[in-house]
Amino acid sequence: MKKRTMDASLAEHSPKLIRSIERRLFLKRGLSLGALALLSGCELTDDEGVQKVLLAMSRWNDSAQAWLFNPNKLAPEYPESAITKPFPFNAYYGEDEVRLVDGASYKLELSGLIRDNKPWTLPELYALPQTSQITRHICVEGWSAIGKWSGVRFSDFLARVGADTTAKYVGFECADDYTTSIDMATALHPQTLLTLRFADQILPPKYGFPMKLRMPTKLGFKNPKHITAMYVTNEYPGGYWEDQGYNWFSGS
Amino acid sequence: METAQAQWVKVHPLVVRVTHWINAFAILIMVASGWRIYNASPLFPFRFPNELTLGGWLAGALQWHFAALWLLVLNGIVYVGYGIFSGHFRRKLFPLTPRAVLNDMLAALRGKLAHDDLAVYNAAQRAAYLAIILCLAVLVLSGLAIWKPVQFREITWLMGGYESARVVHFVAMAMTVLIVLVHIVMVILVPRTFPTIITGRARRTS
Repeated sequence: MKKRTMDASLAEHSPKLIRSIERRLFLKRGLSLGALALLSGCELTDDEGVQKVLLAMSRWNDSAQAWLFNPNKLAPEYPESAITKPFPFNAYYGEDEVRLVDGASYKLELSGLIRDNKPWTLPELYALPQTSQITRHICVEGWSAIGKWSGVRFSDFLARVGADTTAKYVGFECADDYTTSIDMATALHPQTLLTLRFADQILPPKYGFPMKLRMPTKLGFKNPKHITAMYVTNEYPGGYWEDQGYNWFSGS
Repeated sequence: METAQAQWVKVHPLVVRVTHWINAFAILIMVASGWRIYNASPLFPFRFPNELTLGGWLAGALQWHFAALWLLVLNGIVYVGYGIFSGHFRRKLFPLTPRAVLNDMLAALRGKLAHDDLAVYNAAQRAAYLAIILCLAVLVLSGLAIWKPVQFREITWLMGGYESARVVHFVAMAMTVLIVLVHIVMVILVPRTFPTIITGRARRTS
């Protein structure tokens, strides 16, 4: 019964109407094809115009995250029992290529908008007041691991060397040729740690001997290891992964 | 025959049609780029084929994901706001009883689900549309929990912590994809529903 009614009503359609519906369906199919093409996303992502929009959105997300960043909000801390063992190694190279830094000749160089930019030796850094944290390290890939880091609160260190904390950025250069940079608000966060120890031991080479910057408020790749030089600046410094397209702020 | 022009009924308001297509586009990008992000560190013992993903590599996929996120969320706010304040949700998605949903789903499986008036959703449709709204809300919340486990640590806590937020995000994605696939199959089975989500109107058949 129903079927006959439908057929009858279809027959009533003018050819013009049917053409218009066919046109619409064709258009729709075209759109679906476009969507399929989108799925072979490599070429699309490589397109210059698309690349521009994506980078602009990433910059916009930097601002949004800076706006969201609450300097008093603390990352959760965990009991010793929650520590991940073994703690994963991660770098832009393999574990067999870990750079070995000579602690005896090591010097941390300071430059940029810093009043007292004399270099620091390891014994001098070890002599500063130390604090510990057990926090979650979150990789940009998605995995996470909990570890214990100890060292000098970075805001204390910046105050001690007379850094201009009204500047925008702190940049880092590392013995493994890695570079990165962070916003001043994160640099001054109470859990941002100039880390000298991991699991109560002198930082082993694979976790960044002699010194790394630990920030539970940023993704793992923002936490530089083997730091040899740092500078304070108002000019956007970028970084190893950031220059390749990873979001600069990458805050947690 | 002179009344033929009066036989058109309004099925979908303009806001619903526009937000539907923006949503479809945003979900396509979010899922395709999300699969690439998943592949960087799979939660389960499988990866998605790279040909089905968007972004080319992790950084590219993240750029897509965090760009389309704004489209998905802003569009979602417009749609849900409209749905609530215009009475669209109340009129179209309710009342809804589990018995009616079960009956309509069984009828649909037997190919006997009545679809006379396209302006009225059957119970299976109502359940599916409510479910996908819920899935998308959970996706956004669990996504915020993964993105900002410090700034939004309360949401992360609500999701059972960072690692379980990843699982919630994955499961909500899987359910969303499932509902979308069923939705597409239903449209293929009842093709005259398709033009209505573009033009907004359908010819009355009864």
